[in-house]
Amino acid sequence: MTAMTKILEETNRHTISVLVDNEAGVLARVIGLFSGRGYNIESLTVAEVNRAENLSRITIVTTGTAMIVEQIKNQLRRLVPVHKVSDLTIEGPHVARELALVKVACTGDKRVESLRIADIFRARAIDSTNESFVFEVVGATEKVDAFIKLMEPLGLVDVSRTGVVAIARGPNPL
Amino acid sequence: MAQHDTLNGAEILLKALVDQGVEVIFGYPGGAVLPIYDELFKQNRLKHILVRHEQAAVHAAEGYARSTGKVGCVLVTSGPGATNTITGLTDALMDSIPLVCITGQVPTSLIGNDAFQEADITGITRPCTKHNYLVKDVADLSRIVHEAFHVARSGRPGPVVVDLPKDVVQSKGEYVPPQRVKSKYKPPVKGDIKAIEKAVEMIAHAKRPIFYVGGGLINSGAAACQLLTQFVRMTGYPCTQTLMGLGAFPASDPLSLGMLGMHGTYEANLAMHGCDLMINIGARFDDRVTGRLNAFAPNSRKIHIDIDPSSVNKNVAVDLAVIGDAAHILEDMIKVWKAKQYRVDDKALKAWWAQIDQWRAVNCLHYENSNKIIKPQYAIQRLYELTKHRNPYICTEVGQHQMWAAQHFKFEQPNHWMTSGGLGTMGYGLPAAMGVQTAHPEALVVNIAGESSIQMNIQEMATLCQHKLPVKIFILNNQYMGMVRQWQELIHGGRYSESHMEHHPDFVKLADAYGAVGLRATKPGEVDDLIKEMIAVDRPVIADLRTDASENCFPMIMPGMAHNEMVLGPEDKGMEKPGSEEDGMVLV
Repeated sequence: MTAMTKILEETNRHTISVLVDNEAGVLARVIGLFSGRGYNIESLTVAEVNRAENLSRITIVTTGTAMIVEQIKNQLRRLVPVHKVSDLTIEGPHVARELALVKVACTGDKRVESLRIADIFRARAIDSTNESFVFEVVGATEKVDAFIKLMEPLGLVDVSRTGVVAIARGPNPL
Repeated sequence: MAQHDTLNGAEILLKALVDQGVEVIFGYPGGAVLPIYDELFKQNRLKHILVRHEQAAVHAAEGYARSTGKVGCVLVTSGPGATNTITGLTDALMDSIPLVCITGQVPTSLIGNDAFQEADITGITRPCTKHNYLVKDVADLSRIVHEAFHVARSGRPGPVVVDLPKDVVQSKGEYVPPQRVKSKYKPPVKGDIKAIEKAVEMIAHAKRPIFYVGGGLINSGAAACQLLTQFVRMTGYPCTQTLMGLGAFPASDPLSLGMLGMHGTYEANLAMHGCDLMINIGARFDDRVTGRLNAFAPNSRKIHIDIDPSSVNKNVAVDLAVIGDAAHILEDMIKVWKAKQYRVDDKALKAWWAQIDQWRAVNCLHYENSNKIIKPQYAIQRLYELTKHRNPYICTEVGQHQMWAAQHFKFEQPNHWMTSGGLGTMGYGLPAAMGVQTAHPEALVVNIAGESSIQMNIQEMATLCQHKLPVKIFILNNQYMGMVRQWQELIHGGRYSESHMEHHPDFVKLADAYGAVGLRATKPGEVDDLIKEMIAVDRPVIADLRTDASENCFPMIMPGMAHNEMVLGPEDKGMEKPGSEEDGMVLV
């Protein structure tokens, strides 16, 4: 394999922001595109961001070779209700955050330890019973992963994650 | 507001269709669209062709669109009416044919209730349309219909579905004319001039160039095809066409190498393999064209001109892409060529043509003719010779006959060749021919068919007879699904699993039963008379030509093989290449 084909076949993770009309079926179009063409979705978030102009923003984290990721972006741009597609990973620096709700059921020392770790991660306990906590942790995907991993031996019973939201650094809009 | 609320949804729909330039609707009525049919009954601006199956309505609209450059229009009812359009819509999507398909829907209050004849048609058609709409409020109706036509015809064309619940069609609302509708959908038309200049420079400096042109030129219009012809002739470079691009460049021009790909000519495929610069205009590096990708045109640089950015770098990485409409880009390319006074490298070009002429001398479309049995290639050659003075429109079904037609019928103009390229839909040809004949009532329209394909939409014979559409159906009847049989012979050890139809209708009697004319030829000597009689009759004709059942379509790039590994015919040594069988079996 030549160096060039190696670069072409290297798989990378990309965070893509998509501005779409907030209308029925638009999410199905995007998801259908990924399933129909066999692209990966690692996470996908969507919410309305501009009520006046009826726009929603979708953040997709996907993996693929450079050629596949280019295809994904071009295929997204073909969809009629899609206005803008931006590959945050290659278009300059960006910030990305994810929120997770993590339920830990434990008593005694483990309970104390879970609170200590939560403190290190700046996670907040937002629900508490005598035998459980629900922590809210916010951060980059890796940080959320690390927190959840540390909770495992302490009585992790349930996790709910939002998936990644991301935005470019600096003054410019999407 | 109240004074505007004078029209019901059905009236608004028909008004919008008229304002969008629709002349004919291919359709089939049913419960959910009864109010629309009621309005159709009261007017005479829009003609309605009553098909016998909704799939045929879509193919007819495709034939209409492909032969006129306009948007085809379909009207069907909810549920089964709408689901029957799926094959047609997918076909139109694959071949970039502009259509608007209006489907009825149950009233909004019943949507989601599993009502009678309810189907989630926007859900079902999402992957097989360019875009689709569910109209929930009559206030949105005219805007959506206008936008549907705009989306269907702009950028890379394609089918658009508008799903209309029955209550929306019956409510009163205001009509909004197209001039007052602003769509946010604006695909690029002009190409980037820097990229165009770079492309022209690459073209001028090429030593072994080839133009590889496809259906995108036909979609761009007759002007684009003219500009292409002008540009190719200015350079003196060879030009090969895809299946969908036949007619974009005149077949009789010595610069034309004919079709390329799996059943393309030897000279076209070897020139693609050996070129140093490939200029792709409006083609999409389909697997039927490229053969094995890692051996595709190995020493070439590639320019790709396309209106759809997602076609670029999809299958084949290119060196330069120009995104935009072919007509605009070609116009700019010619301007740049003239302004910079480019000259081609005469010496290199002469050597390149000398090489191409050697490949041409192989005469790859040659076949052993017979005076006992009708060879399918012979039948098509005679059809071409005896009809070319009438500039006919040719449709095909899918299979061997389609490839022979593509090889042996010569197209000088765009829009005269209608075939199912991307999806490969058996049953496409007869309804497509119906649509072509509707658009061109005086023209000679021939559907070259196989006896298997034709039976997939044979019910449309009744439509032809009812609407007095004198389509000529030219069946190359070899008693087999010929292409399936050919692959079984070449790749599956001659095990002819289910490719032989032991029973066929008597096509002459069948024509008679429908009220059409049936003709038959069983010997080569009868072919000319049959064709002459067929084109003299002013009614639909089924011509049943009994052809050689064992004939295979050559030349052929076996699945998984490269352009320079073409098999020329049954005696070619390439046939015995070890490994080709197993590798080929996995591929389609």
